[in-house]
Amino acid sequence: MRRPRGRTVLVLLTVATLLGACSGAASQAPAGGGQITLHALFMKQAAYSDADVKAMTDAFTAANPNITVVPEYVGYDALHDKIVTDQVGGSGLYDIVLMDTPWPAEFVKAGIVTDITDKIPADFKNGVFPSAWTAATYNGRYYGVPWINDTKFFFYNKQMFAQAGITSAPKTWDDVVADAKAIKAKGIVQYPIVASWKQVEAVICDWTQLAAVFGGANFIDAQGNATFNTGGGLDALKFMKQLLDDGLVNPASLGFIEDDVNSTMAAGQAAMALNWTYGYAVMNDPKQSKVAGQIAVVASPGEGSVATSGVNGGMSLAVTKSSKHPDEALKYALWIASEKSQEMDTSLAFPMWKASFDNPEVTKANPDFFAAAKVQFANLVARPVVPYYTKLSNALQVAIQLALQGKETPEQALNDVAAKLPDLQK
Amino acid sequence: MSQGIRTRTPVIGQTRVRKPWPESWVAAAFIAPAALVILLVVVVPLARAAWMSLFDISLVRPGDEPFVGLGNYIEQLTSADFWAATWRALWFTVVSTALELGLGLALALLMDQPLRFRWLLRTLVILPWALPTIVNALMWRWIDNAEYGALNALLTQVGILHSYQVWLSNSDLAMWMVILADVWKMTPLVAILLLAGLQSVSPELVEAAKVDGASTIQAFRHVLLPLIMPVILIVLVLRTMEAFKVFDIVWIMTGGGPANATQTIAIYAYQTAYQGYDFGRGAALGYLIALVIMVLAAIYLRLLGRLGRA
Repeated sequence: MRRPRGRTVLVLLTVATLLGACSGAASQAPAGGGQITLHALFMKQAAYSDADVKAMTDAFTAANPNITVVPEYVGYDALHDKIVTDQVGGSGLYDIVLMDTPWPAEFVKAGIVTDITDKIPADFKNGVFPSAWTAATYNGRYYGVPWINDTKFFFYNKQMFAQAGITSAPKTWDDVVADAKAIKAKGIVQYPIVASWKQVEAVICDWTQLAAVFGGANFIDAQGNATFNTGGGLDALKFMKQLLDDGLVNPASLGFIEDDVNSTMAAGQAAMALNWTYGYAVMNDPKQSKVAGQIAVVASPGEGSVATSGVNGGMSLAVTKSSKHPDEALKYALWIASEKSQEMDTSLAFPMWKASFDNPEVTKANPDFFAAAKVQFANLVARPVVPYYTKLSNALQVAIQLALQGKETPEQALNDVAAKLPDLQK
Repeated sequence: MSQGIRTRTPVIGQTRVRKPWPESWVAAAFIAPAALVILLVVVVPLARAAWMSLFDISLVRPGDEPFVGLGNYIEQLTSADFWAATWRALWFTVVSTALELGLGLALALLMDQPLRFRWLLRTLVILPWALPTIVNALMWRWIDNAEYGALNALLTQVGILHSYQVWLSNSDLAMWMVILADVWKMTPLVAILLLAGLQSVSPELVEAAKVDGASTIQAFRHVLLPLIMPVILIVLVLRTMEAFKVFDIVWIMTGGGPANATQTIAIYAYQTAYQGYDFGRGAALGYLIALVIMVLAAIYLRLLGRLGRA
């Protein structure tokens, strides 16, 4: 027997459930009691480890008990896209995001980051290395608190060098080639050099650093024309290709990021490499390295009149436009970027404070490395800070890979990107 | 249709029970919640993306979003990068689907035999498919690692290779390695679906053919294969559509590199929209991908229809 009344009730129930679901979503109350939660997005690849961030954060929350910080970590190559999808996609979860050197222009234009020019304390403006500000400024305005001051240093295996009869660290890239050939000839390792030349940002960093040595620090001139396809940029790419052709660079480098460089060096399968500061600690860590204690570090080699060069690997902490607590977020950024926080652990990242380099209490951890860093930090070159940087970088990554894979000549590959530049700038 | 089952207003004693709602109203009320959800999460975004694809929307130029009509579509259809990525996706689709179908059919035929450990075989076979794609892709990235990957170790130990080979960083090999990983993951699903098809075929038919003098191959070719053809076509439709828009396994294994050798159309669209901030172009690309998939599906469905009539 049918029960129409029951059917009506069912329909009403369905509608009620639906309405309930809708109103439930809308009526989520904000956290009460003055307790504030900040979401911060960091990377897990180089520089400060998650343990470092935790130590800095714990100190901050101990001093500010009404603020809870939830840090989150992603690999570098996911960082940019995660920030964009979070902010542009509308979820706007993060209050603080880590911003790389070439990104401020993009993020400012896209309305992702907040202008904090008037809120930067004077001691930051005076005390922090000028190079560290590249990752925080655009058009003379400030959008981030500098946090990481990094560049690629030259690491080499002292024992392998000694076995090959080499007595001093290379000062030029010519020396590097000669040393690599000697090590290969002795059969100490099959491929003396390992590099992070995967089709990601890492290869752009190495190429930029080499281009500066060969006399081409700029990618783009003031009129927006390509300069990377001539001079230093072109010579650097030819040099990289030659290293591969001579069997001096491990061909697997074309698929490697920085962590792979560390593990290849740590396995004793390479004698030299360029890498960020953290490489030193990782390659010399007995827990993860077969060659702990054998890895030495010097400033990156130069060539001709250029003594050394370094790609600017600085990163800053930016307060997002979506943040509901921008003041607290900035307070947190300033705290973990303070001289005190930065000097807590200098094994994975150098402080960006000039004073730290003259403080023997800080430099005693590794005087040689601090000395190398002081020289190299004075010679940093930046990747272009332009709103279309990611598109340009992607196109250059492909071009460099095409040349290194031998599919196109270095000239051809870079000229193709130069020809496409007006389209990328649109 | 509902007419037939509609009930008359029942009369109990002298009291008239209230007239019930028409069946179609009730049906609509039940469908409404699901329809509303689908409208909100499918139709609205689709319509919005279609609208966006007509504008030159770049996130680095907020407020400046000129109407370009079909400009984004024309730009893509005349772009060498678009066609290169499309051909790569088609190449991936054709090779991986063909291999998955061939191997899946062989596996299904094997599992259909009265083997002693058939239950164990069926359990083991499904494992690769049960793994999440991200786990599968990461696992293959390690297997293919040039320095300490299992593939190099295996091939050198059995003497096939003399020195370690670079797999994922070689632009001539990378696509093959991604296809291998995809085949490893998706063959089990194809095998299970085909096995279901095989089991619906009555064994007497094959036996009858053999009694009439057909060889095993002839029985397979002329009796079994035509009977499971509808299942094969359904598997083909599913796999083709999935493979053409492949993203995750490629993204995790190679990120579209080296030198764009594995940049399929979905990766190209992702890079355009989320790395290049070109949401207008990205939306147009999304619709172009959907168009290709619809064309492929239409071809298969026609084939299926013809098969049904035959």
